[in-house]
Amino acid sequence: MNVLHRPPVEGGSERVTRLRHVLVAMRGDKLALFALLIFAFYCLVALLAPLLAPYDVNSTEFMNLENAELAPAWQTGDTRFLLGTDTQGRDLLSVILHGTRLSLTIGVCAVLIQVFLGVGIGLLSGYIGGRLDAFLMRVADIQLSFSTMMVAIVVLAVFQTLFGHAAYQQLAMLMLIIVLGVAEWPIFARTVRACVFAEKEKEYIDAARILGVSKARIMLRHLLPNTVSPILVILTIQIANAIVAEAALSFLGLGMPPNQPSLGALISSGFNYLFSGAWWISVFPSVTLILMIFVMNLLGDWLRDHLNPQVTRG
Amino acid sequence: MLSFIGRRLLQAMFVLLIISFVSFMIQDKMGDPVRQMVGLSVTLEQREALQQELGLNDPMLIQYGRFLGRAIQGDLGTSYYYKEPTIDVIASRLPATLELSFAALVLVVLLAIPLGVFAAIHPKNILSRAVLLFSTLGLSVPIFIVAVFLMYFFAIEWGLLPSFGRGETTSVFGLWQSGLFNRDGLQHLLLPSLSLAFVLTPIFIRLIRAEMMDVLQSDYIRYAWAKGISAPRIYFIHALKNTMLPVITVGGIQLGTLVAYTILTESIFQWPGMGLLFMDAVTRVDVPLISTYLIFVGVIFVVTNTLVDVVYSLVNPRVRIPGYS
Repeated sequence: MNVLHRPPVEGGSERVTRLRHVLVAMRGDKLALFALLIFAFYCLVALLAPLLAPYDVNSTEFMNLENAELAPAWQTGDTRFLLGTDTQGRDLLSVILHGTRLSLTIGVCAVLIQVFLGVGIGLLSGYIGGRLDAFLMRVADIQLSFSTMMVAIVVLAVFQTLFGHAAYQQLAMLMLIIVLGVAEWPIFARTVRACVFAEKEKEYIDAARILGVSKARIMLRHLLPNTVSPILVILTIQIANAIVAEAALSFLGLGMPPNQPSLGALISSGFNYLFSGAWWISVFPSVTLILMIFVMNLLGDWLRDHLNPQVTRG
Repeated sequence: MLSFIGRRLLQAMFVLLIISFVSFMIQDKMGDPVRQMVGLSVTLEQREALQQELGLNDPMLIQYGRFLGRAIQGDLGTSYYYKEPTIDVIASRLPATLELSFAALVLVVLLAIPLGVFAAIHPKNILSRAVLLFSTLGLSVPIFIVAVFLMYFFAIEWGLLPSFGRGETTSVFGLWQSGLFNRDGLQHLLLPSLSLAFVLTPIFIRLIRAEMMDVLQSDYIRYAWAKGISAPRIYFIHALKNTMLPVITVGGIQLGTLVAYTILTESIFQWPGMGLLFMDAVTRVDVPLISTYLIFVGVIFVVTNTLVDVVYSLVNPRVRIPGYS
């Protein structure tokens, strides 16, 4: 990306230039463009899963043991099930589509909680400063030192023992979102705080303060818009991490139940049949998950390189 | 310096208190010791008397105090399943987990340092780009998929390596059951440590690369070039030293990731370590064991993090100033 060749700013708001800037840069990078296209495809599939799936996953005929463990269509010639069926006779393609939808939903919701908590705490910590800042940042340090996966495993395991297995399955999705959401707020909080520290010394903030603008308004209307770029940078990677964490938790039996499988739960139930030759039950969801995480990581890396404030303002 | 160490120690104590309180709450809320102790024929009055005798009717804080007192003496309860003191059960599983993590870390160091340094020295090289792309791919593959497919190919399809357990162990000085000193044990160790290394290596490759590229920009490296010092010496002596500092700190923080990953790896390979013990305890609702594991891991954690912080502040005095970052 050549900073010198940026189009001059012509009255448009900063965000428009930022977006255009990203799009122009992306056009030049085939790998990033490719990743974006695949990611967009995933989002579309997740949104339209109920329409795209060849079978209605909620109907009672969906699970038919007569069709159990059928190999993919190109092996059996049976065109009813493109990617084969699982051990309960469910069409794998439909289950994968819904699993992708579930995984993405959990990832996005968890990260929304992270953003909400992180941005709030980051703004307060950065703008008010002093003892509050010192305290909140120590809490953030401590929380980050316990890795998310570990906290999530422990918390969910404890809740599962507390509620009992059956009741836990009802609440699994909510619990996953809350635990993954609460565990990683410090990442956003630190970024926002660092950003606020850099911004709040600037003259426009002084001007706003002298004009008598309230603290809340300064934080939300003046500081918040300036933290958007760094938030965007970590956003994709955070969603990817949340999805991987959810998959791992489901794999351990602490996540989504088998009758409402996310990609991780699908893979995990498929593993039991990998050794008896039914490779497709675990391989297709695995490939779906890996590709999704891979493109999100690529996008995240690329965004970090191109949306990085130092680079953009250079 | 002293005030810095003091602050860190205070913080460590505080975190330990919170962890112990959480563990206490888990034990308190999830198990009824009276029901564990008596049979069905015991009357309600007798149960209540026992409850009174055991101090279960006391205010929570007093009970917590008693719990802390016992915990400091190393008594964290008795496992429902093993009928042994929980701390002994965990200690007997500790060597397996430590050996697994150690083997994985050796693999990570052997892979990540050369690759990370290479990618930093030649950022434009096609090989470095490949390394970077592969590290992104490595980050994207969840550890359980790696582990299961390694197991599938090496143990089931090709029958080269054992698929589960720890194999033969030899006793070292009578206190450590080690699998590192015989062929069978090492064969069993290979797959689990490989899967752990597979997911940890990308993290460290990226970290080493980023830090090293930073260091290579600094003035003292430019000065070293100007002095005519040989390239290998600059890269591997001057630059690598300063690269490894932050890497070790972040590595210390990654300890939690390692603990979580060992839980996953151990349950896949049925490796008889602490992680598997914990997951078994969860399925068996072995409450004392769960809460002891929490305290145990928490203590290891807090001690390591505090040590890393203090050591780092000795080497890099700038972090001692509060608010500096």
